[in-house]
Amino acid sequence: MNAPLRRAGVVILVLFGLLFANLNWVQAYKADDYRTNDYNRRVVVAQYERPRGIIEAGGTGVATNKVTDDALKYLRVYPRKEVYAPVIGYRPVGLAATGIENAENDFLSGESDKLFADRVKDMFTGNNTGGGNVLLTINTKAQEKAWKELVNNERGVDKGAAVAIDPRTGAVQAMVSMPSFDPNPLVSHDEKAASAAYNKLNKDPDQPLLNRSTAETKPPGSVFKVIVSAAALQNGYKTDTEIEAGREYRESGAVIRNSEDEVCPGSQIDLKDALTTSCNTGFARLGVTLGRDKVLETAKAFGFEDDQLTVGSLEGGGLPVAMSDTGKIANPDGSVDKGALAQSSLGQRDVRMTPLQGALIAATVANGGDQKRPYLVQKLTSPDLRTIYTANPKTLRTPINGQVAADLKDMMVSVVENGTGRRARISGMEVGGKTGTAQNAEGADPHGWFIGFAFNDKGEAVSAACVMLENVPGGHASAEAARIAGLIMKAAAGQGGD
Amino acid sequence: MTAPAVPASSPASTGEMARIPGMKTQRNAELGLLAFAMVLVAAYGATVEASRIGEITPTFWVPAALLSVLFLGLHVVVRYTAPYADPVIIPAVALINGLGVGFLRRLDIGDALSEKLPVPGIFAGIGGRQLAWTLISLILAAVLLLVVRDHKVVSRYAYTLGLTGIVLVMIPAVLPASISEVNGAKLWIRLGSFSIQPGEFAKIALVSFFAYYLVRKREVLSLASRRVLGIDFPRGRDLGPVVTVWLLSLLVLVFERDLGTALLYFGLFIVTLYVATERASWLIIGLLLFFGGVYIAYLLGASVGGPFANFYDRAQVWLNPFDSENYERLGGSYQLVQGLLSLGTGGLFGSGPGAGSPRFVPEVQNDFIFAGMGEEIGLFGLSALLVLYLLVVERGLRSALAVRDSFGKLVAGGLSFTLGLQIFVILGGITGLIPLTGQTTPFLSSGGSSLMANWLLIAMLLRISNAARGPAASGGGGTDRPGGGAKKAPAQLHGAMTEVIKP
Repeated sequence: MNAPLRRAGVVILVLFGLLFANLNWVQAYKADDYRTNDYNRRVVVAQYERPRGIIEAGGTGVATNKVTDDALKYLRVYPRKEVYAPVIGYRPVGLAATGIENAENDFLSGESDKLFADRVKDMFTGNNTGGGNVLLTINTKAQEKAWKELVNNERGVDKGAAVAIDPRTGAVQAMVSMPSFDPNPLVSHDEKAASAAYNKLNKDPDQPLLNRSTAETKPPGSVFKVIVSAAALQNGYKTDTEIEAGREYRESGAVIRNSEDEVCPGSQIDLKDALTTSCNTGFARLGVTLGRDKVLETAKAFGFEDDQLTVGSLEGGGLPVAMSDTGKIANPDGSVDKGALAQSSLGQRDVRMTPLQGALIAATVANGGDQKRPYLVQKLTSPDLRTIYTANPKTLRTPINGQVAADLKDMMVSVVENGTGRRARISGMEVGGKTGTAQNAEGADPHGWFIGFAFNDKGEAVSAACVMLENVPGGHASAEAARIAGLIMKAAAGQGGD
Repeated sequence: MTAPAVPASSPASTGEMARIPGMKTQRNAELGLLAFAMVLVAAYGATVEASRIGEITPTFWVPAALLSVLFLGLHVVVRYTAPYADPVIIPAVALINGLGVGFLRRLDIGDALSEKLPVPGIFAGIGGRQLAWTLISLILAAVLLLVVRDHKVVSRYAYTLGLTGIVLVMIPAVLPASISEVNGAKLWIRLGSFSIQPGEFAKIALVSFFAYYLVRKREVLSLASRRVLGIDFPRGRDLGPVVTVWLLSLLVLVFERDLGTALLYFGLFIVTLYVATERASWLIIGLLLFFGGVYIAYLLGASVGGPFANFYDRAQVWLNPFDSENYERLGGSYQLVQGLLSLGTGGLFGSGPGAGSPRFVPEVQNDFIFAGMGEEIGLFGLSALLVLYLLVVERGLRSALAVRDSFGKLVAGGLSFTLGLQIFVILGGITGLIPLTGQTTPFLSSGGSSLMANWLLIAMLLRISNAARGPAASGGGGTDRPGGGAKKAPAQLHGAMTEVIKP
């Protein structure tokens, strides 16, 4: 019986050998994988060992920390709650982070290579200095104004968004989305409560977690006429070139009428007046005359069809921006669908745009055709407030030349001074813009848009804004958007931010 | 060597077991090793306090001292009742047991501090309870050594033990799930706050029964066979008991939803059968039956579900633990993944006793204690633990080799192998080597059943190793047995195929 017993001993040896080999696999080979695995809660606790960097806007902290006495040593606090939530997002214990909290996580948590020297210093001093701080480009007055005006709008609209950017640099001055949410319950250290709060927000049909200024596209309506105008100006048209208009325009089954009968009833109207009065028939004909390719090309040059853009640091990363889209404007066989082209020229049909894209269009016109890449991170500082990075504005695209930009600016100023955008006027500043009223669903109230820019008394383009209000009741949907945009730009320019 | 508490050369008249001059008992070696083991346990406790509380309290040595007293008691009992027993087994097991108590106390301290409570007393919490269970287990082991002076006596009660074993295995299966189910496996009897795992005790009873049965039947099983393809296959009617046990273990698998226990029972039976008959064909048949059964259960789980579904689930979880689908599902791979992450975080050296976060691992005081410890003592510490286990198992097998009677060989071999297999099943399970099954880690996991059963197993091994290493004529033998049976046993040792065990 001893031979089989010895063999049983060998079997045990082999089994233990397997255990030992597998332990080596788990604890040596895969150790680093497992140590940093997303499911490893130790990673989370370690991140709360030192204070996370502060996110600041205009000198005030909009994401700060509170010292706690539980296992996770610091609680993230968002003092301005809904106002900044779409921009900075939140960083919960167990769930995924969003917004700038997510995009700049490495720097805020202190793990970034940029803070390597600080970490080395920690090793010698034994301190746990915090992560790096992020300074936003947000102008607090413009941001607060945008939020206040949006939620207290005169039409009782409950969904919308507003963006303002500095046309000269691309720095985002304001970015709000309505309805918004209070991020504080989401970052609670009571993970069950946090998870419940998240689920409640996530299931809300009004989608408060959605950043409507960057992540949602809507039909822009007549705002798109700026693109068609740019296409025309680039193809030999002048601001005073007469284009065909009229009460009604029928094209391949599509019937185009003006918003009111008194708008451009005559057979001819010049380009500037067409934009000023937002003449539908004129722009529909103009789009068809120019042809699909020229319209789509210009739209693309302004940033349509770009699904790569992010707003955050100019070094990359940030809030993803949904792709603004013109649609194909094609029949099933690929040929130009002229009816669709006529409607698309009015920003209807399949044309969709984010409010950020709207602000970019206005900013491009105001900045002489030079489209700056939008960004939210102005500066990164180390825990001891050394500057580590400062944004250096970049040109994203140059869709139009200076002459076209000047003509467009002239036309858009006329819109605010004499046309549909009168409510955006700001005393002491030169304001231009374009309104949009977009039909969206059968029986639903239209969306109201306004894109615009403001020059100060020194002739500097200080702000470009876009306001979008969803399903505005009571007619003249864009007028309220124009009013709010004017107030935001005024605040951004440092005037009357109350 | 540490100075012995009891002089080894004292006259042999102290106990019933007369020591033969000139044969080494090595009891002093055992005492020395035991002292060394307890120093390690005390050092472990001190390190835990240093990193958890921030200072070493003046009472850090008390748990180690209490354990020392307990093990010293067992040592004294062994000195008088089994003087020739293997000297390595008790110190090795005592070290594992002591580290287990130390780790459970570390959990208590960690829990209390995170709730901002004062450091718990030595007898509080799961650590204190484990200390009490150790006391009871050692008393049981001592009683077994005192009562069973010759392991062959056990064979008298073989059928009673066999029946008890089967009943113990079956009880949780027939009880309603509310009483017997913990974490999806029906292995328990729970009455209020008290719960035992009867299967733990069944192991020893079943091994004794198998050993007895096989010693009596081994000629039939090994001689009457047909030769097919160069392998001797047994006759159909001799397959009866194998098939019975195979069915029993599959029943366990299906109704108690526990592959590990099934594998354990089946493995121990096949191995005792193989050792008894020396026929490799039994191994082949056994392995084919078991893995065939497992594969069919897997297929049935995939297609039919029902009682097999749990098994299929576990296989899926084992194959893809990091799939978010498996991870997030209730009863999915959460435990396994957290165990692996804990082990991986520990790396080569570990964070040091007391410096890890074992509470992130579910069931860390039971099934996953090895993973929890792995974070703190690292690959090197766990390897040392593995070596300790291996030492105990191989020492048991060595006793089986050396003991002179077949019954003793089979019992010692079967128990050692089962212990080794159980360690493989649970440690392989939590390290992802094999599908995870609900087994306790012998001598480490908190819980009375496991500790008591395994200390009884150790006592049985000590008893047999005493017979193996002691003098042949009168040592292991017949003092308890009237008649001439004892005198025959050594004479029949060599070459004889038959050996009569008189109950």
